[in-house]
Formats: sequence, structure tokens, C-alpha cells
Amino acid sequence: MAQLLQHLINGLAAGTIYALVALGYTMVYGVLKLINFAHGDVMMVGVYMGYATAFVLGREARSSLLGVALIFAVAMLGCALLGFLIERFAYRPLREKPRLTALITAIGISFALSYGFQLDIGFLPGASPRAFPEVIEPTEWLIIGDRDVVVWNWQVISFLIAVALMVGLQYLVFRTRFGRAMRAVSWDHRVAALMGIPTDRVIALTFMLGSALAAGAGLLYAIKDTSVSPLMGLYVGLKAFVAAVIGGIGHVPGAVVGALVLGLVEEFVVGYAASTWRDAVAFGFLILVLLVKPGGLFGRVAAEKV
Amino acid sequence: MMETPALPVPEARSPIPASLRGIFPVLVALPVLALFQWLLSESPFAVYLLSVMGVNIILAVSLNIVNGMTGQFSIGHAGFMAVGAYISGVLSLNLKEVALSFLPVAASDQVLFTVALLVGGLAAAACGFLVGLPSLRLRGDYLAIVTLGFGEIIRVVVQNTDAFGRALGLSGIPQYSSPYMVYFWVFLVVLVARRIAGSSHGRSLWAIREDEVAAEAMGVDTTGYKVRSFVISSFFAGIAGGLFAHFVPIINPGSFTFVKSMEIVVMVVLGGLGSTTGAIVAAIFLTLLPEGLRSLFNALGTEGTLAQKVDQIRMPIYGLMLVALMLSRPQGLFGMREIWDVLPRWIPRRRRGLS
Repeated sequence: MAQLLQHLINGLAAGTIYALVALGYTMVYGVLKLINFAHGDVMMVGVYMGYATAFVLGREARSSLLGVALIFAVAMLGCALLGFLIERFAYRPLREKPRLTALITAIGISFALSYGFQLDIGFLPGASPRAFPEVIEPTEWLIIGDRDVVVWNWQVISFLIAVALMVGLQYLVFRTRFGRAMRAVSWDHRVAALMGIPTDRVIALTFMLGSALAAGAGLLYAIKDTSVSPLMGLYVGLKAFVAAVIGGIGHVPGAVVGALVLGLVEEFVVGYAASTWRDAVAFGFLILVLLVKPGGLFGRVAAEKV
Repeated sequence: MMETPALPVPEARSPIPASLRGIFPVLVALPVLALFQWLLSESPFAVYLLSVMGVNIILAVSLNIVNGMTGQFSIGHAGFMAVGAYISGVLSLNLKEVALSFLPVAASDQVLFTVALLVGGLAAAACGFLVGLPSLRLRGDYLAIVTLGFGEIIRVVVQNTDAFGRALGLSGIPQYSSPYMVYFWVFLVVLVARRIAGSSHGRSLWAIREDEVAAEAMGVDTTGYKVRSFVISSFFAGIAGGLFAHFVPIINPGSFTFVKSMEIVVMVVLGGLGSTTGAIVAAIFLTLLPEGLRSLFNALGTEGTLAQKVDQIRMPIYGLMLVALMLSRPQGLFGMREIWDVLPRWIPRRRRGLS
């Protein structure tokens, strides 16, 4: 029973991080109908930005509340800028081209980022994973029994940050002018443009928002894992994508639910079956969902409009 | 009964007299074969490089059936290659001692090799069906993610199975493969791809590529055609894997990663989505390029550092190349045309017609 509870906690903690990344996929898919393959790798770049900031700050400053806030701010702003550049120079010129060209471009960017960061030329970090500094001193907060169930402080903190970001996003999408514009573009960007909505700006801002969320999630992941490597974007990004599809891609609360489900399933498979199979779980689950309920839990398979 | 008059066939203008045209292929093939023979006797590295090139051609041409002709996008071709490599490799390892008594040893080896290849290819095709059916019922970009995930699953399965040598890989697979066998399969896959492109089956694939909704409205069974082309493609990827496993000293999960898949994707995109000869040209080019760069850097004597980094640097360059290609020339080198459509005027062309 205690073991079950512990797995439940770990699964939820992992799920909230996937959820933040999945939100980026789902938002971009919502406005552009494009799977932004490079999303996970943008996240990876953000984590390296945070890593560099922590390095510059030094051991004392990075553990303070201000230091942590600064690390998050640098990573999120940097990623927003990166997202903006990618959208402006790689995706926007292809917006009216066949969808395949944009997809290939996205795959190309993802590949260039994840393998470019494996070089050890100039400022690039090289292929081997590095230890991410413990910006949040890990302590055990809630212990039930004799260490049967342990809740770490970073689990609670990342859960709170994730929930706060999600609530903020929900507010942004459904209660603000920008959110209304976003939903209009998602519905039909040509008609939205006719209604006077600056679609280019809305799409660019959506990209920046998604990238910033990814950077935040990536930092939480790196703190949990205490490591950062050029390939983390590929793996976390893929799992988050799986989560977004499980929830029904384009559906904001669906992405969160899908991510929590995926986090739990992964944790239980690792805990009760075999830990070496962890990376295969998500994709097996994805194929299963596509077979049984191809639109995801909340999405529906819309008839393609001509 | 009167025969309907045949339509006048335009006389192909060609500098070569008609009487010579029949033996033209032989005239081309003889020096190529002679070159082959010479290269092979010269160095084992040439044999290896030639075999790798052939395997890459098979992979690129087969991937082109899905990515180019059908307009779907698979980025897990190396996963199917791995299935073929491991299945046929394990089969050959276990049948090492077996010899068909009614055949000479060499012939019996080749028969067993062919059987192993076919089993590996069929296993890969079965995996292709398993992966393709759910994802091809949906919009095409699901296929990209699912094939990528499939590659990961294969890696995890191999790393957790004793029969496949776990992370260490399989070694000691009998070295049955030869460039002749590899290029026999190159011939077969090119034949299949060209025949598909020229048949009504191929017309349906083009239709799906151009506009899936319109194709469906015209009565094309889109899911069926997509899954079929995917299965054919994975079959040949499995064959390529099997060939690969029988001429390299060891196969391990590292040989069939996402990097390998991307390499094949770049070949197809560079050659032109839908162009079989384009895929062949790009595969040859991209196989020889790293070797050429390496020997160039070695010759320049840059203390071997750059030469060592060729393998590392080429990966981000592949990514940037895809982006640059999409932005400047999304149709690739040849677009949907074949090499004889873009050759200069003075070389005799095939008549434009079907395919």
C-alpha cells in the first residue's frame, strides 16, 4: 500500500513535467496544425541556458530564491527568443506550402539542435551528460512510516510551479483578448486574418509562450534528474508529444490529463515490471491509444475540410 | 476486321544508330563490371564501401516509396533495418553448422543466406504492418512520431533480449554477403519501385500524395494503399538490414539509431521526394562524401582532428541541410523527375510516357 502511494506520488511528479512540455506541443498544433518536432530540443537549449546561468551565479547565489528565479527567467526568455527565431525564419516562409515541407523543416531543426549540441566546438557543450547543480537543496518533506512514503521538496515545488503555469495558461487562453485571438487563429487562420486579427503576431507569440513553458519544464526535469544532456530534449519531447496525443492533440486540458496518465503508467511499469523497459512504455501506449481511440481521450477525429 | 491504325510513335532522335542501340546497355555494363572486379580485387575496404553504398541505395529507394511517392513521412527506417538485421542474423548464426547436402558448400550457404534474408524482410514487413495500420489511418504526421517511437522500442527490446546480444550486439554472423548479392537486391528494389511508379498502384499513391481527400473522393482506398506501400518499404528495409548484418563484423543497437534513419531521410529529400534515381544518386553521394572528406582532411594533414570529427559534424549538417533544402528547393535535386528527364539534351532520352 505504501509502495503504491509512493509510485503514485512519483508518477504525478513526472507527469506534471511532461504536462508543461505537452502544453507547448498542443498550443502550437492548435494554431498551426504543425507538430513542432523541435519543441523538445528548444527545451534542451533552455536547460543549457539555465545551466550556464547557474554556473555564472556561483554556488552561493544560485541557491537563493532570487538566484533560482533568475535561472528560470533567463532560460524562459532565451527560449522564447529561440522559439521566435525558429518560427520567423523556418516555419513562417513555409506556411502556405504543403504540410510535408514544414514537417521536414521541423525534423531538420530538431536534428540540428540535438546533434549540434553534441559537438565540442566553441561554446557547444559536447555529448556527455553534465551534472545539473542542485539549485533547490533536496530535502524530504513528508515521510509516512519508516521512510515508506517520501515526498521530496522539489516534487512539491515542481508540482506547484506546474499547476500555477497551467492555471495561468488556462486564464490566458480563455479570459484574455490574446487568448481569444489565439482561439480564432486555431479555428481558421485565414478567416481570423480577415477579421483583423494579426495572425503572424499571434502565431509568433504562441510559439514564444510554448517555448518558454518548455524551458521551465526542462529546468524542473533537470533538477529532478540532476543531469543535462543534448539528447534529453529528444526523449522528454517525444514523451510529452505522446502525452499530448493521448489527451487529444490541440486540447489544452487534455494534454495535462494525458501527461499525468503517461507519468503514472510509466512509473507503475518501472516500479512493478522492469525498469529497463521505461523508454518503450510511452510508445507502446501511444500505438495502443491510436488503435483504440485515435483522437485521444478528449479530442475527436475531425473530418478533414476541403 | 480492320485494325485501328496505330498512333504514330514519335521517332526518338538519337545520335546512335538504331542497330547499335540494342547493345548499348552491354557497352555500358562491361566497363562497369570490369571496374567492379578491379576494385574488389584491390582492397577489402572497397568491398565494404561498395556494400555499404548498396545497402544505403536499397534503404533510400525503399523509403522513397513511402516518403516520396505516397507523401507520408516515416523517420524510423533504421528500426525496420534493425528488425531485418537481427532476425536474419540470429537465423544465420543458428544455421551456421547446417549445410544442404545436395549442394556444394558455397551454394548451400547462399541458399541459407537468401532464406534468412527473406525471413528478416518478412519480419520487418510484419512490423511495418503493425506500426502502419494505426498511424496511417490518421493524418500523415502521426506516422513520423510513431515510426520514431518504433525505432526506440526496437532498441529497448534488443537491449533486453539475450538472444540479440543485448547492448553488446551480435558478432560471429557468417559473412555470406557479397557486393554481387547486395547489388542483386539493389536491382530488385529499383525494379519494384519503378514498376510501382508506372502502374495504376503508383498512380493511386501519387494521388494520395497530392491530395488525400480528393484521392479518397475518386474512390482510392487511401488507408489500404498507404499501408501497402509502407509494408513494401519496410520489407526492403529489412532486406537491407539482413545484407548489412552479413558483411559487418558486429551488429549492435548503435548501428540502427535515429541518426541512421535521418541519414536515409536526407538521402530521399536531397534526391527529390518521389524520384527513384534521385534517391540512388543522393545515396551514392552521401555515402562517399564522409569518406572523401576524411581522406581530404587526412591528406591536408590537419593532425587528424578534423578527419576524426567528420562523423560528428555531419549530423548537425544533415539537419541544417534539410532546413535549407526545404526553404530554397523543397523538391530536392530532381523533384519528381528521374535522372533521364534532367540530363542534357544530347544524351538520348527515354520517351516521356508512363512513369
